[in-house]
Amino acid sequence: MRLSDLQIWTITPEIIVAIMACAILMIDVAMPERARKTIGFGLTVSTLLLAAIAVVVGQDAGYTIGLYGLVVQDRVSDIAKLGICLITAVALVYGRSYTEERNLLRGEFLALALFGTVGMMVMVSANHLITLYIGLELFSLCLYALIALHRDSAEATEAAMKYFVLGALASGILLYAMSLLYGLTGTLELAGIRQSVSGFSADDLPLAVALILVIVGLLFKLGAVPFHMWVPDVYAGSPTSVTAYLASAPKIAAFVIILRLLAISLEPLLEVWQDMLIAVALLSIGFGNLVAIAQRNMKRMLAYSTISHMGFFLLGILSGDSVGYSAAMLYAVIHAVVSLGVFGCILHFSGEGFEADQLDDYRGLSKTDPWLAFLMLLFMLSLAGVPPTVGFYAKLSVFQAVIGAGLLWVAVPAALFVVVGAFYYLRVVKLMYFDEPVAKTPVRSSAAPLESRALLTVNGLLIIGIMPWIGVIAEACRNAILLVGS
Amino acid sequence: MIPLSHYLVLGAILFSIGVVGIFLNRKNLVVLLMAIELLLLAANMNFIAFSHYLGDLAGQVFVFFILTVAAAESAIGLAILIVVFRSRRTINVQDLDRLQG
Repeated sequence: MRLSDLQIWTITPEIIVAIMACAILMIDVAMPERARKTIGFGLTVSTLLLAAIAVVVGQDAGYTIGLYGLVVQDRVSDIAKLGICLITAVALVYGRSYTEERNLLRGEFLALALFGTVGMMVMVSANHLITLYIGLELFSLCLYALIALHRDSAEATEAAMKYFVLGALASGILLYAMSLLYGLTGTLELAGIRQSVSGFSADDLPLAVALILVIVGLLFKLGAVPFHMWVPDVYAGSPTSVTAYLASAPKIAAFVIILRLLAISLEPLLEVWQDMLIAVALLSIGFGNLVAIAQRNMKRMLAYSTISHMGFFLLGILSGDSVGYSAAMLYAVIHAVVSLGVFGCILHFSGEGFEADQLDDYRGLSKTDPWLAFLMLLFMLSLAGVPPTVGFYAKLSVFQAVIGAGLLWVAVPAALFVVVGAFYYLRVVKLMYFDEPVAKTPVRSSAAPLESRALLTVNGLLIIGIMPWIGVIAEACRNAILLVGS
Repeated sequence: MIPLSHYLVLGAILFSIGVVGIFLNRKNLVVLLMAIELLLLAANMNFIAFSHYLGDLAGQVFVFFILTVAAAESAIGLAILIVVFRSRRTINVQDLDRLQG
């Protein structure tokens, strides 16, 4: 172990964000009351942008192991880190006025958001079970605290408690699985685990137990049926700005840990976990789409829609080849961008004392606020998977992967539930465009800051798939996955 | 010398008590926090036993990390518990029903 092998630059973005998060906490104490919000917020967003620039500058076309095997830098981690930084920054900008109106925009909020981002970035660059666990916990602990920060709200504290208990249970299960894997393989490094696991037979009982516990732990964190109980409560109970944060970037991080821990390290057991994931994916798609129809609360409806989207995302993973993994990666990135936009719309619509979380609040939005209604229309069409939006390409690539893996019988029910799902997305469009406005509905979006509205417009336009970026991202995902698989 | 399997059985028992404690407990949130601690301790027990029998130090290093995280986790759990108690004057699990989940 020589110091020159440390390769500390592989984690430059994490270091930048972690140091700045500490600095922002200190600056927040030292600043006068009035300057606090503007300076702290500006610093937070610029930190995230700086980290994004650091990712681009330090990008690595190869495969570099850093910190003596603790972290890895490759295309997947670069793309994921870039996405996490940019999406988190945009989520914070969208949520700014909402958070300020509820008096939550303090140094703690910003520092917790940044530490959570560090957690996600550590997760995506993990090459070792310790790094993976620490990243996961850093992110989860920050998120529990962020939700509970709205301490006057009974809903938010209840959501935080539920999320805490189920999240801790999931970490416990995952940790127990890691301990079994360690005992069986004798190593904590992911590459070593893969090597060692390929020597086992697929019906080895302790290994099967470890595998099942890994899958249960990961699915709990992902929020797939039957481990989805916390998702609707957390989405609906959290302050909307925190929901925007937790519904977007973490999906990318979740993809990367599933890729590294399940799809790559445990690939020799593909036949065993493929069947389990098929059941979970179909259940998630069916259950999520059916229950979402019955919701009257916008955030709960989106939570159930997220459950079904996680099912589609798992379809890509369970295909078990590089086509499937790159489809899942594309799906995770696109889902993150679209959820960001949807919650951005809700945040722009809500105001002081008005949460905009009931479906009825959206009646006649096209007459009171045509700009916001149009953007919401784009996001809803994308979630439903209507061409030419990006949601269509995401679903198309997942279906291609599943059919390519010879699992046509899985693709057919999934495709049928897409049609069921279209019902509740289009119901929002119907409420906005064909119903009369309710008198009490205020026009809020014009009160939001200009930069936030401009960003939301860009976000909306990105969703229309005619933009060239979809091809670029799909290509980048494909190259990244090919590199990891080799 | 105590064989490895004894430690693993102890770990499995602790883990089961933890999981059952989370699902069966309908009364007190503090008991939930205790059950969560048990889960982490079960994993610790496994790691130390494996580490000793494999002659590999990495598992024991992991245990230190887990202990630190467990401390942070219970701190946050208790903090959330206090916030919940302030807003509802109860820490009964069954009273957490404002959100219909």
